[in-house]
Amino acid sequence: MNIAKLKKHVVLRGGTVLDPVEGTEKKGDVLIENGKIKLVGKVDSPKSAQVVDCKGLVVTHGFCDVHVHFREPGREDKETLETGSMAALAGGFTRVCVMPNTDPPLDSPESIRYTVDRAEECPIHIHPIGAITKGQDGKELTEMGAMLAEGAVAFSDDGLPVTDSSMMRNALDYTTMFDIPVINHAEDMCLKKNGVMHEGTVSTHLGLPASPDITESNMIHRDLELTELTGARLHVPHVSSAKSTDHIRVMKKKNEKVTAEVTPHHLFFTDEDLVTFDTNLKVSPPLRTEKDRKALIKGVKDHTFDCIATDHAPHTIEEKEGTFDLAPFGMIGLESCFGAVNRVMVKENKMDQVSLIKMLTTKPREIMGFDNNLLEAGTEAELTIFDRNASWTFSVDDIRSRSQNSPYVGQKMFGRVKYTITKGYLSTI
Amino acid sequence: MMHKHLLGLENYPAEDIQTIIDTAFSFREVLDRPIKKVPSLQGKTIVNLFFENSTRTRISFELAQKRLSADTVNFSASSSSLQKGETFKDTAQNIEAMKIDAVVMRHPTPGAPLHLTKHIDAIVINAGDGIHEHPTQAILDMTSLHEKFGYLKGLKIGIIGDISHSRVALSNIYGLKSMGAEVTLCGPATLIPPHAEKLGVNVNYNLDEVIEWADALNVLRIQRERMGGGLLPSIREYRNLFGITPERLENHKKELVIMHPGPMNRGVEIDSAIADSDQAIILDQVLNGVASRMAILYLLLGVKEEEGKN
Repeated sequence: MNIAKLKKHVVLRGGTVLDPVEGTEKKGDVLIENGKIKLVGKVDSPKSAQVVDCKGLVVTHGFCDVHVHFREPGREDKETLETGSMAALAGGFTRVCVMPNTDPPLDSPESIRYTVDRAEECPIHIHPIGAITKGQDGKELTEMGAMLAEGAVAFSDDGLPVTDSSMMRNALDYTTMFDIPVINHAEDMCLKKNGVMHEGTVSTHLGLPASPDITESNMIHRDLELTELTGARLHVPHVSSAKSTDHIRVMKKKNEKVTAEVTPHHLFFTDEDLVTFDTNLKVSPPLRTEKDRKALIKGVKDHTFDCIATDHAPHTIEEKEGTFDLAPFGMIGLESCFGAVNRVMVKENKMDQVSLIKMLTTKPREIMGFDNNLLEAGTEAELTIFDRNASWTFSVDDIRSRSQNSPYVGQKMFGRVKYTITKGYLSTI
Repeated sequence: MMHKHLLGLENYPAEDIQTIIDTAFSFREVLDRPIKKVPSLQGKTIVNLFFENSTRTRISFELAQKRLSADTVNFSASSSSLQKGETFKDTAQNIEAMKIDAVVMRHPTPGAPLHLTKHIDAIVINAGDGIHEHPTQAILDMTSLHEKFGYLKGLKIGIIGDISHSRVALSNIYGLKSMGAEVTLCGPATLIPPHAEKLGVNVNYNLDEVIEWADALNVLRIQRERMGGGLLPSIREYRNLFGITPERLENHKKELVIMHPGPMNRGVEIDSAIADSDQAIILDQVLNGVASRMAILYLLLGVKEEEGKN
């Protein structure tokens, strides 16, 4: 991957411009001047302009991921805002929201300010999500007002569910003042116990401690009802089961303040892949059955899910090389995201590509209240350029994260990101 | 043998199970001799790697190895000490570096033996991985049943007790199914794994019906720590519903073979009057354990067919 400063004039020549706001695809060039969009359509190259040949490629908004873990501060051996940015660029992501389960957690205005300041130096846009409770211990609300003023965009105790229903209610009540999303990692820990995978036929075969799908759907149902009660905004992360999808579908019909995300890995893998005991597939919530995977795919197609989010969760090789019970939950996912979801949704399940791109661009930005007019003249260039027909195999060499815990290595991908443009830089993947 | 390692009996070829059983019978003869040692594995080195306490399985393996004239080394470590210091991979590679031929491993985590095969070249034999599999126990159980009945196909076996936490049960299910036996699981509903029927077995909570149906019962140890933890109300309740007592067996006018993998909780899952009776083959299982493990080691450690089996 090569990252270079954009020249004064850059022409993206001969590609198809996919505008996810309008929902259209048109042949055309894009002229970037001083890092800003100047013109979309037929462009006569200014002299000395840098020309990027986009023949056969698609030019669209930069991808946005509302759910990543960049581990800074505290576990810089796994990832930093800098190395996470590289992984994002390699996957076509120009903007991400980082989860607050760092060490210490992002639970104060000062820690939010620290992240915002550090993000300034990074080659992508990074927004911190603040913790719901101090120390993520589910007992005391954080200073949300001050954290928002410093740059927090949402609140979550991600990784740890807000178990106490009255605390969750308080958090939702409190955030109605600010109209920003609350994100709750939904798993009933009493039911989950020491479960490391989905409870089903496969877990019985493997003898691994497991938890059933209602571990998730129960708590999602509670959160949905609390959202209705309080009038707050709820964003449901990494939905993994058919039952949860049904609950969300029903509630979204009557409450527009509910949004939900699905990860590439829950669309790509199932519990049957765990027969290899590959710890890179140990993730929370767990990979579930083929029936659940099918239900998630249906949920993507019928807009039950608003966006794709990777839950990019780096862990060291040493941690993941341990036995299955000791390995931490999580996998990286930024670099492999587009090739994976494009394969599952567009190639295998005949979804139209514009709708999928919306779930990677406009929809996540809407949830977080980010600007969506990325193809308008005068806007800072924040674009992703991909080859929609590339068939390729994901390898370790495609990883830019500091960690390598990807189960996609060796998997067939469809569609590949070629260039990412953001913050005045052109990255050639 | 189709597989290099013995990790579990799921998808293990029936012909190979039969070969092991047949070979075990040959070694039974060796064990009845005054001099119980054969030179079959002379010069081979086997490490017994036990990350979890074990008395019976370890002694049984060690005896099997000594009877075959292999050199053996024992390594015991609690998994907690492993968590603190050396990684699993380092432990494995260190042992491999000492030039050994096979590792017999017990580990509290399902999948650990498979994990080990990825880091070392030696033959790996699973001596129990968490609540996943315990293939050598299932093979010795099948050897004992074969000895008693003369066949396995069509036998009706009831497995009684805590199925959820039992590697013995899972390996027995896979092994017995592939040898053509029928299996019924019987125990408290909290201790039967979800989707158990998908394993191709019957589930019946009524012990009397299972006794009426079965040719043999494999009675599992019920661990006292399961009592009162939300899974089982009390020992008395368990005994009333699932205990193998003389009174219960007397109601059924049939000769039933009783097995137990040990160690027994006398007076809980099985009464002494039954455990010590003629219908119990519990001590035969122990002897067959040594013979079966000799057979497994002999067949896997690559001694050529023409060198003879004893």
